Amino acid sequence: MNDMTSQGYVTPDGRQIGGTLMELKNITLRFGGVVAIKDISFDIRQGEIRAIIGPNGAGKSSMLNIISGFYTPQEGEVWFKGYRRGPMKPYQVARLGIARTFQNIALFDGMSVLDNIMTGRLNRMKAGFLAQAMWWGSAAREEDENREAVEKIIDFLEIQNIRKTPVGRLPYGLKKRVELARALAAEPKLLLLDEPMAGMNVEEKEDMSRFILDVNDEFGTTICLIEHDMGVVMDLSDRVVVMDYGKKIGDGTPAEVRSNQAVIDAYLGVAHD
Amino acid sequence: MIYREAGDFKTSYRDDSQTFPIRLDRWGYYITLAVAFGIIPFVINDYWANAVLVPFLIYAIAALGLNILTGYAGQVSLGTGGFMAVGAYSVYKLMTAFPEVNIVIHILLAGGITAMVGVMFGLPSLRIKGFYLAVATLAAQFFLVWLFNKVPWFYNYSASGQINAPTRTVLGHAVTGPAATAPAKYLICLVFVFVLAWVARNLTRGTLGRKWMAIRDMDIAAEIIGVNPLGAKLSAFAVSSFFIGIAGALLFAVYLGAAEVGEAFGINKSFLVLFMIIIGGLGSIFGSFAGAAFLVLLPVLLKNLLVGGLGWPTDLAAHIELMIVGALIVLFLIVEPHGLARLWSLAKEKLRLWPFPH
Repeated sequence: MNDMTSQGYVTPDGRQIGGTLMELKNITLRFGGVVAIKDISFDIRQGEIRAIIGPNGAGKSSMLNIISGFYTPQEGEVWFKGYRRGPMKPYQVARLGIARTFQNIALFDGMSVLDNIMTGRLNRMKAGFLAQAMWWGSAAREEDENREAVEKIIDFLEIQNIRKTPVGRLPYGLKKRVELARALAAEPKLLLLDEPMAGMNVEEKEDMSRFILDVNDEFGTTICLIEHDMGVVMDLSDRVVVMDYGKKIGDGTPAEVRSNQAVIDAYLGVAHD
Repeated sequence: MIYREAGDFKTSYRDDSQTFPIRLDRWGYYITLAVAFGIIPFVINDYWANAVLVPFLIYAIAALGLNILTGYAGQVSLGTGGFMAVGAYSVYKLMTAFPEVNIVIHILLAGGITAMVGVMFGLPSLRIKGFYLAVATLAAQFFLVWLFNKVPWFYNYSASGQINAPTRTVLGHAVTGPAATAPAKYLICLVFVFVLAWVARNLTRGTLGRKWMAIRDMDIAAEIIGVNPLGAKLSAFAVSSFFIGIAGALLFAVYLGAAEVGEAFGINKSFLVLFMIIIGGLGSIFGSFAGAAFLVLLPVLLKNLLVGGLGWPTDLAAHIELMIVGALIVLFLIVEPHGLARLWSLAKEKLRLWPFPH
């Protein structure tokens, strides 16, 4: 990892990765007596696709929940865009420019696809109460502007035909895509994906992988994802953090991680004599 | 065959997201407005105003209010009667304290006062949900009724404990008190309904409405996209209570004329409005109107049919009405939890494809 200085690095496929966007320093998270995460540090660079992998119960989702503000770690520091972040509520984290999707889809079932994606832009809509109540200039104009931005994302993710369908009626794979669309609508600096391919068939996985790469490529969004499918992780990500029992056991490019003995032991098991 | 989107081209996002995207619906809306404002005021008589139209319009406002809170923001409330009482007593105190100020301003202020009270009783919603919140709002209901009964200041120390609406005029026509005519009562309620329904529609289709629905459908996901649950829930309580307060003020000042709090704004009223939005359809503006119309018209209809038509005793008809309403609510909860509004939209969806359903 000699070429990965804080100034960034160049990936094998020629993308320039920038400096540190988010840094987690010595994070420890406990639930009562259970230590879910123990003294973990890693960073996420501007523009990269960073994966967190590990066996079940390794603490990956807890890590994501710390980043998105659901959990506050007992020890350690979270740095984002060069500033140390104090304890924050999830909606405050969202306003910093961090968006996420969930392992179990968390869409608003009673609303249409369009409305769901529009909710991703709520933080950009500033019209006052009266303007909204009267549907005056600023409220109506804002609605149009944001609709235009949302339509671009709808085109990008190829979900034009289900625009007005209630989300509750959609099949699983499309719901995942709508959830990604909602996260993208916020134009986040950092996008967190919690198992974006869980429960998908091969074609859906291919679609989703393509969208993740396209998002990174076209919008320059930094992505941090958790995924179980090793093939996908190794193909997509620039750097990988490997966790096991709440500890970090590996960190580096997919190739480095693949040849790391601790990682192999954690995944394949190790003979005890 | 004419109920189609086809040929009705939308060339802007604003056109695409309008309230009535289908031409026939738009016409229907304009015709309804024209009849309501242009024809009914000239033909209305006391019976129609007092038995049907005025209560329908007032309950439509209350149902809109509760629907914003329960249907859109997902916060259950059993305090509607209490909040209506706040509106009624506020408007009474304002009317008697500042007789020279226009009644319309008083009614709006009464809504504002109710909104503040609603926010106060909405505070527990930040911690509790569902049944527990329902019980907390039930406490509001009983507390408010008790308050207006026990503190004589609220009913100006009158011997009967009742409040009576003095005569007040709008543009020279009496709208409250014994001198008010049927068209005047009807029109003032209609204007309030029209403006408030329009406001409700604007709020629910915009940013605030999306925040409310996000909190309703999945509060964790709402927080992660940047919705502050405190702001969203309390704004729902405020707007909802504003509507309900205005409904209470109109019910007392325009419709009843005189009211005693336990009788006019008891727990029964809370349930009545709740049944309206359940039968009409949760989370639907149209549903609020449909539910209010249904529960206001049903007793009138049954009374005319059973007492007038079949000659049954009045008390028997009243009991049968209770049984029918109860059965209907159970039926709706089982068969169509989204109420009349969903039935209406299903019918429209069918109509859009008729006569070739595939």
